[in-house]
Amino acid sequence: MAANGSGGGGSDRQRVAQQRLRIIAGHLRRPADDDSDVRAAECKAPQSESDASAEGKTVPRRRQEIMKWNGWGYNDTRFLFNKKGQTEFTGKRYRLSGMILPGLQDWFENTFGASVHHKSPATTILNSSAVQPPTLNEAFVEELKSTGVPFSHDAEDRVFRANGHCLHEIFPLREGKIGRVPDTVVWPNCHNDVVKIVELACKHNVCLIPFGGGTSVSSALECPPEETRSIVSLDTSQMNRILWIDEKNLTAHVEAGIIGQDLERLLNESGYCTGHEPDSMEFSSLGGWVATRASGMKKNIYGNIEDLVVHLKMVTPQGVIEKSCQGPRMSTGPDIHHFILGSEGTLGVVTEVTMKIRPVPEYQKYGSVVFPDFEQGVACLREVARQRCAPASIRLMDNKQFQFGHALKPQVSSIFTSFLDGLKKFYITKFKGFDPNRLCVATLLFEGDREKVLQHEKQVYDIAAKFGGLAAGEDNGQRGYMLTFVIAYLRDLGLDYYVIAESFETSVPWDRVLDVCRNVKARIVRECKEKGVQFSPLSTCRVTQTYDAGACVYFYFAFNYRGLSDPIHVFEQVEHAAREEILANGGSLSHHHGVGKLRKQWMRDTVSNVGIGMLKSVKDYLDPNNIFGNRNLY
Amino acid sequence: MASTSGYSHRDPMLKKRDEFEDLLEERRNSSDLRYAFRSYSPVLYKELSPCTASSLKNMVLQSDQLRFVISQVCLETGRAVDDIQEEASAILEEMAHNLQLSTVRFFAFTLCKVFKTLFRSICVNEEGIQRLQQAIQEHPVVLLPSHRSYMDFLLMSYIMYTYDVALPVIAAGMDFMGMKFVGEMLRMSGAFFIRRSFGADKLYWAIFSEYVKTMVKNGFAPVEFFLEGTRSRTSKSLTPKLGLLNIVMDPFFKGEVFDLNLVPVSISYERILEESLYARELLGVPKPKESTSGLIKARKVLSEDYGSIHVYFGEPVSVRSLAQGKIDRSQFNLLPRHIPRRPSEEISNLVNDSAYRLVRAQEENMVLKPWVLLASLLLQSHHQNQATALEELTEQAVWLRDLSRQYGAFLHWPDHVPPSEVVSSSLSLHRGLVTISEGRVQLALEQAEQSGPGEPPRAATPEEELLSQAVTILSCASYRNQALHIFLRPALLASAVHAASSNNKQEVFNSFSFLRNMLSNEFILCPGATVQDFEDACFLLVKTGALQVSQQEVVVTERGHRTLAFLTSVLDPFLQGYQVVCRFLCEEATEDLTEKQFVPAVRKFILKLLLAGQLRYTEVLSSDLQKNSLAALLRLGAVRKIKGECLVLKVTSMFLLQSGAGNSKGQQGDGELIGRHSRRETSDSESRRRSPVTQRPR
Repeated sequence: MAANGSGGGGSDRQRVAQQRLRIIAGHLRRPADDDSDVRAAECKAPQSESDASAEGKTVPRRRQEIMKWNGWGYNDTRFLFNKKGQTEFTGKRYRLSGMILPGLQDWFENTFGASVHHKSPATTILNSSAVQPPTLNEAFVEELKSTGVPFSHDAEDRVFRANGHCLHEIFPLREGKIGRVPDTVVWPNCHNDVVKIVELACKHNVCLIPFGGGTSVSSALECPPEETRSIVSLDTSQMNRILWIDEKNLTAHVEAGIIGQDLERLLNESGYCTGHEPDSMEFSSLGGWVATRASGMKKNIYGNIEDLVVHLKMVTPQGVIEKSCQGPRMSTGPDIHHFILGSEGTLGVVTEVTMKIRPVPEYQKYGSVVFPDFEQGVACLREVARQRCAPASIRLMDNKQFQFGHALKPQVSSIFTSFLDGLKKFYITKFKGFDPNRLCVATLLFEGDREKVLQHEKQVYDIAAKFGGLAAGEDNGQRGYMLTFVIAYLRDLGLDYYVIAESFETSVPWDRVLDVCRNVKARIVRECKEKGVQFSPLSTCRVTQTYDAGACVYFYFAFNYRGLSDPIHVFEQVEHAAREEILANGGSLSHHHGVGKLRKQWMRDTVSNVGIGMLKSVKDYLDPNNIFGNRNLY
Repeated sequence: MASTSGYSHRDPMLKKRDEFEDLLEERRNSSDLRYAFRSYSPVLYKELSPCTASSLKNMVLQSDQLRFVISQVCLETGRAVDDIQEEASAILEEMAHNLQLSTVRFFAFTLCKVFKTLFRSICVNEEGIQRLQQAIQEHPVVLLPSHRSYMDFLLMSYIMYTYDVALPVIAAGMDFMGMKFVGEMLRMSGAFFIRRSFGADKLYWAIFSEYVKTMVKNGFAPVEFFLEGTRSRTSKSLTPKLGLLNIVMDPFFKGEVFDLNLVPVSISYERILEESLYARELLGVPKPKESTSGLIKARKVLSEDYGSIHVYFGEPVSVRSLAQGKIDRSQFNLLPRHIPRRPSEEISNLVNDSAYRLVRAQEENMVLKPWVLLASLLLQSHHQNQATALEELTEQAVWLRDLSRQYGAFLHWPDHVPPSEVVSSSLSLHRGLVTISEGRVQLALEQAEQSGPGEPPRAATPEEELLSQAVTILSCASYRNQALHIFLRPALLASAVHAASSNNKQEVFNSFSFLRNMLSNEFILCPGATVQDFEDACFLLVKTGALQVSQQEVVVTERGHRTLAFLTSVLDPFLQGYQVVCRFLCEEATEDLTEKQFVPAVRKFILKLLLAGQLRYTEVLSSDLQKNSLAALLRLGAVRKIKGECLVLKVTSMFLLQSGAGNSKGQQGDGELIGRHSRRETSDSESRRRSPVTQRPR
């Protein structure tokens, strides 16, 4: 079979088959999309500015129409402290939108020693004159024009593609400081556009930096300061179609620029989902997931991105790389997909991905368990992993994070609910003797058919009971997951009041989980003290994923920076120390955020000299002139 | 090169130390019973998960480490797992403490009574206690007291109880267990017992180390042990033993605790209870038989005045900061942490360096009483065969007081009292060791302890007489030794200046380096710190105007002669001791001399020389000195051990040593020897790791 597939006839047959599948897929869609999907085989014609919204796609070419330039997420959505001492979440997009959070301000002021009277507001207007004029490669621009692929030198467009969401990227933007930005932004509409752009870039020696959803937290999007060539940001956001769905094999062929929420929504319309839900899924793109080896919250059922990918297409300076068939597993030497997965834009642009899909689950149920302390919680997660019965998602928040989550409780409308809450609290702390300053909470998400979910739920709660865990309701669970979507908005709120914050993650063998959590948190506290931070920091963690041999641990840390002359420098030192601590304790350099430029100093130790040599030799073959010059990874 | 190095000098005079408070004062004014029953609620480690002494044992028996070793032993010996497990719990039974507050209260009550009769005061630095409280709350704590007396460990627990500090668990030698009842009492007051030697017993090692580690990781209680391994019979700090330190630091290296605080504690006795016992032990003179008369004598002990005790809790030392930049903890990433393995070289080095640092910290915070200075002076004048007039002694003492203060001594000299009173009250506290007749002071050598008042004095042989004198001299020397760490570096430099063939700085340094290397089994000299020590010594001697040091030369000033004479004679007895050991090895030792035979043989040799009037210093009879010199010669490769037995090789360098170190300037071959040995400097840490406790099973 494999031999047949590689013949010329095979690929012809394949193309015909694909064409047919595309048409079938088109029929499955709602009528409005028919048109665009049928002509999906070819490139879309250049479209109007507002194309995205017309098609039900979220991200327009001009991101500034809907998104913040110096903060997280949508323009219309933010937290603010109102005059009544309450917190509001504006907009209409989230479950929490428009709600009042009575507890947040107190928590905020008490945790950070901050005050609503000490404001550090951000610059609101993006001043185009602060942006350096573009360095253009005229010949490249001329030829690019002739291809008809849309591009721009507009200052705003360029600024939007110059950063991810690391604190040290956002903080200067809030002060109106803009560093090196790409000189050109180009929006290919399809694979062939990308091929043309990459050819031109090679021909004229310009630097290409692929841009997907812009949610990087590894400095991967930063323009290398040492780059002297013209930098072109290749924004894949307009390559956002589902090209076909194959219900026999349960796969979908998708353009890599599609963002998570669109992919899920569109698939849902056909009754499917990928189940890949990284916390950033509102904005992050399929190509970005592939390029960073992303992980989704529900990986226990659906797998991580490397498990979901069936076929990949990447445009490199040497040409297009892809496999000849879609066999579910192959023994054909080292898997070339694994050169692409995690390549972080250093080798080429991922243009199309065939992904596994699943029917949308019949039933979903949140849940939560309270444990007397973090140690018991970790022991429970370990047991769940040992028995391989982890729900779609299981996460364990430490005490600090539990309290944080609690502060996000919306105003309760009825006296009855607040009475119930009080009763629950009384039961857990007084009757069961849990120490409110030690207890911690696991949040759960079950998925599947109703009966199995209920059965599964019982199994997990039974295990939890062995570790002193008490079921604590769906509400707590759901709120725990909500926290992950709004946390980035919360950071912006903190930044308005002298509080800087960041998150980072690692993966670690089971026997090390507690040690890593304890030591990294303590290291953050100690480093802050030593570096002159005047207020005690928030240093908290949660275990977010379980594996057979270990877990993924996620840290949040934040502090009030009043009194520091160079808060970002202090911050970077603390973050650096925290990563050193992780590595010293047997944690990995990254579980799913990637290396980018932020963590590349540790790559050599992580993968050994020979490992670096292997990676570099691939780079040297594929891209000898460093066209994909974002200088991530090594 | 020594002269160009960039070490910064910390003026030891500037070292800040806390004030003391007398703990007995309150005890004399209020009820001991109420004290014993007072409410006791210590501050605990913040991450402590409370557990009982017995659940601790279960944790150990169920630990991965122990299970692994048991299965290994099972494979190696073919014994049944159950069998080994049973042995393991028996070992743990024998080892484990059974800390109970009630027993501690009982001890507190009894000790109150005893302490009040024996001592004038027990002084503790309260700020140190506060630092300790803080440290206990933050991280697991290891207490490292100096060890001069059996009292140390009870005294420590007593203080902790008094100040509401978490009670420690204490590593004690098995010898206590001989006394069945006492052993159990101690066990209930927090002692756990370790066999003195268990060689390659894997299982024992695993249980012991896991037991200690479990207590450290869990923060069960501060773990207390004696870095010196045993009581110092000479009052000099002993070369630290590394076994337990290795064990307690291990959880940090493996990431099982965030940090660990090591707290050096210095306990200084104005008069040591075991004073003459130690001297007899060092001389190999048998103890007086245990009998009813012995009991009566023991009661006599209770009626005597032992002055005061000073206990100084030093600055907690964070293991994390000790290890910073020196240890890559990720070395444990690729092997399950419960599988025992030899510590890596970097870890061994760090533990060794830390041990020295901690013993040095103990030394620095030892309180010295005026008597210590008097003992030094009296010993020196004894060797010049003269009795000193009281006024002269006072004058010398004041001079030495000022000198030692400039060298950073933690001297407890009451400045508001006239010096003559200070001197006479010190002398009267130690009246067993000195006699004053006609206004002249000398060591009390005439005492004949054996003869009770009723019995007729029986004629003593010259040998017996010598030994009885030696008891006094060694007792006295043990007080002088308390101050040795103050004078050691300057004294090494003074002797080096004396021995070097010229004033050339490099030559003086070579000579210094040789002496230092030679004596590094004798004193606490941090490995690899030769240059630092040399610079420090230069700094002190220049500061006090005794030396002038330029780029090329080291010159003794006019007024420096007195200082240098004092300093050289501080080291002289030791140098003579090493010399005479070398002489013995060259002249007397037979081919099949075993290590066991060494001390008796060398003692016999020395006795002969002393009686013949060929040696000046009676204290070379000290077996401690003899053992140390043998260890030094072994380390330097002048003597070799074969199959565990001591076989002597007559190396030419030993002749050179004999002719070189003792005589003064210009000996041929001296430089050559110094050159040869200073290169060996780095290898000296190896021999220090040989103690039963340190040795891991192979």
